[in-house]
Amino acid sequence: MADLFIGDDTADEIEIAAVAAAVGTPTAVVRESERLVYGGIHRRRDHRHLLLPALHGLQNAKGWISPGGLNHVCEVLQVPPAEAYGVATFYEMFRLDEPELGPETTHVTHVCVDAACQIAGNEELIAEFEARGAHVHRSPCLGQCERAPAQFHQGIGRPDSVPADAVEADTVPADAGPADTVPADAVEADAGPADTVPADAVEADSVPADAVEVAVKIPQQGGPSLRLLRNVGVVDPTSLRAYRANGGYRALARAIEMGPVAVCTAVADSGLSGRGGAAFPTGIKWRAVAAEQGRPKHVVANCDESEPGTFKDRVVMEQDPFAVIESLTLAGFATGAENGWIYIRGEYPLATARLRNAVGQAREAGLLGDDAAGSGHSFDIEIRRGAGAYICGEETALFASLEGFRGEPRSKPPFPTTHGLFSEPTAINNPETLINTLDIVLNGAEDYRSRGTERSPGTKLLCLSGRVSKPGLYEVEFGTTLGEVLELAGPLTGSGTLAAVLMGGAAGSFVGPDALDMPLTLEDTRERGTTLGSGVVMAFTDEIDMVAVAVRIAEFFRNESCGQCVPCRVGTVRQHETMVQIQAKGSLSAQRRSLVDDIAEVMVDASICGLGHTAASAINSAIALGLLPEGGHDDDH
Amino acid sequence: MTTTEVSVNLTIDGQAVSVPEGTSIHMACESAGTPTPTLCWAENLTPVNACRVCVVEVEGSRALVPSCARAVEDQMVVQTDSPRVRHSRKMVLEFLGSSVDLSQATDLAEWMRHYGADPDRYDQPDLPAERISEEPKIQDDLYIRDYDKCVLCYKCVEACGDDAQYTFAIAVSGRGFDARISTEFDTVLPDSACVYCGNCIGVCPTGAIQFKTEFDMRSAGEWRPDEQEVTTTVCSFCGVGCNLELHTQDDQIVKVTSPADHSVTHGHLCIKGRFGWQYVQPPTRR
Repeated sequence: MADLFIGDDTADEIEIAAVAAAVGTPTAVVRESERLVYGGIHRRRDHRHLLLPALHGLQNAKGWISPGGLNHVCEVLQVPPAEAYGVATFYEMFRLDEPELGPETTHVTHVCVDAACQIAGNEELIAEFEARGAHVHRSPCLGQCERAPAQFHQGIGRPDSVPADAVEADTVPADAGPADTVPADAVEADAGPADTVPADAVEADSVPADAVEVAVKIPQQGGPSLRLLRNVGVVDPTSLRAYRANGGYRALARAIEMGPVAVCTAVADSGLSGRGGAAFPTGIKWRAVAAEQGRPKHVVANCDESEPGTFKDRVVMEQDPFAVIESLTLAGFATGAENGWIYIRGEYPLATARLRNAVGQAREAGLLGDDAAGSGHSFDIEIRRGAGAYICGEETALFASLEGFRGEPRSKPPFPTTHGLFSEPTAINNPETLINTLDIVLNGAEDYRSRGTERSPGTKLLCLSGRVSKPGLYEVEFGTTLGEVLELAGPLTGSGTLAAVLMGGAAGSFVGPDALDMPLTLEDTRERGTTLGSGVVMAFTDEIDMVAVAVRIAEFFRNESCGQCVPCRVGTVRQHETMVQIQAKGSLSAQRRSLVDDIAEVMVDASICGLGHTAASAINSAIALGLLPEGGHDDDH
Repeated sequence: MTTTEVSVNLTIDGQAVSVPEGTSIHMACESAGTPTPTLCWAENLTPVNACRVCVVEVEGSRALVPSCARAVEDQMVVQTDSPRVRHSRKMVLEFLGSSVDLSQATDLAEWMRHYGADPDRYDQPDLPAERISEEPKIQDDLYIRDYDKCVLCYKCVEACGDDAQYTFAIAVSGRGFDARISTEFDTVLPDSACVYCGNCIGVCPTGAIQFKTEFDMRSAGEWRPDEQEVTTTVCSFCGVGCNLELHTQDDQIVKVTSPADHSVTHGHLCIKGRFGWQYVQPPTRR
């Protein structure tokens, strides 16, 4: 039943092997009898969600996705070639034109061009790479803002890697210069077929167990006040045994004793809310999914952390991966979902390897699978890699991407709790939110509420970057003031004074030095017209060219808009043009200012999803704070 | 309306309206006599709510709501002419007008006047607003694709895919402002999965996809819609009974459509009905 039209280009052996390694060999078209044919449309329905892993396989094998390779994937998965092409062209990490690479080329070097790296000399790094003939790709935020300027090596015929991870793994002091040579033992993100990850395929992580005690991961490492980060840098992230020896999987055992209803109640009573920026109450979400009956259900860990300035989930996944697996299992138990999914951004190879390793070990120990952890509940986890698309952090876009479609958000309602992944009931949370539930279940909602404030209970992970001397991930109680947090990160670097702090990333907003007394809670930030968002706190001093920062933020949204709805597709371009104009003319004229406001209003009001709703936020706040020069006249009015 | 249907009561611009459950806000507005601009919506396609020109304000909803895709709810309070709605509709039309050629999107011109859209205000003498710059793709004798006019409403993709034809020859590729309707690797149509049903032409609201005949006549300045006649007939090729609308100018067929509300076609045809009319007017019979 080959009812798809597939062109004449064919795949070579390397591509065929790469696709087989990525997706296995899905059931071929089988003729059971004259009338019963399995394959074709069924295969399309059953295997479409393997499209992204298959495309990753092709990209990695050749450094691009060739017409023949794409045709082969379409034949194997029964996806129409035009649709597969539409999916492949959606992602930053996929190339559809043959790059001019020498046979010796082993990788493309992605260098971050977003704010934290922009003000940390990324252009010098790019120039240095290019002078050495490296293939450089200017990338949006790579989630390594604490070690700006960040780089990521996308492998060709070898695994993807982040040089800093390899350095860390070897416990060698970080070299100041760019580490262009990829060590042979770099971690492998794509071990084994995506749908069946055998435990033995996860040899990838080469971090020696004793390394973790040496390398400093977070400035507060080992501190007594840490709740979410208590294992980071202290417990070997590659060993289930070490995790359990330090209290791991006690929360899941406690949850099983309590039963799903009591777990949902505890999470609801704790006042825990989503840590990705929207701050939706987690308990309400879980209860809604728990109440759905009669359809397969899913819990998804949204590990597509891509908000510029954010790296909290990366650190958690890299340094405490078992906590993510345990809490996702706990979420599955509480909501009655049998299917767990981890959708992790493609630029996080170490986190991917560590999570794969953790899933493998948990499965081997019976903590996943039928009767997971002796709960009587069947639960397992699949890991999927994104391929470079900020929008896929939006929950409905993430579902579309995971299902093998373009990562375009869907209109809400219906909401994921009833129509999520595969249009089935789904609870989706990010790692930070998930690991909070371990504490809640273990120590109770009342204990949890003893930290933070009445309306923002608990602790919060904050990503400190920019002009601070100790950038990194910090955990503080809600209610700590912005000034106190900046003090933790040490004195400002450079000779300037504090001009602004970007809160919540590109989708957040700038605040001025007068906001240092602001308690960091959901309610206080909202009252002051800003947001905690994903926990970004990026410091800017008055030596920094804020117009250039604004231009880049506008360019980021322009590049990352999925293009589905007009307000965002065109609005982000027009917004970027006005910022470029300030750069060209030296100031924002009154006419252009009103245009900026008009553009912002329609993006906020009429866009489909949060990307459009927040695309003007940081720029508007920069204008309001006087960070961008105003005045002058347009020539034509 | 049958007696078993449940009615939903709502208010549209202060006017009480009662419609069957499941009706979209857009259809409720139509039934209340409140016309709503639409671009990506069509009665024979699944709503994609991408263009956002039909947005309305619904009390209790933070953002505006796409009226084409949202079903009415009891006691819903809808505003179709509030300042926010007018602003968003105007901006969407301006955004489109500033980036693509809307000269053949005749319905939109009136709405642009209505909302006071000024697409030119994004241009600066030294910094013109970026436009979708595409040359027409002329790859066969039947139809052309001129993506300079494309508003990315997804209608052609839906008609080619699971809303009508199940051919999947085209899809959206790329991202953001660079997103385009495309075959795989931009393969020319004759080498693609296209079966030349022409249903993409039938649903295109801006003339981005059109009959080669129309394109050639427009290029030659011979396209005169005011002088065209439309004759409804039944396709003679097979026994299905598809209604055809023959558009004729100077006694020559210039294009063929089918009514979207026709029970057999729902506006969709096959290659024979859509293009198989050259035999009526071969050069030898002129």
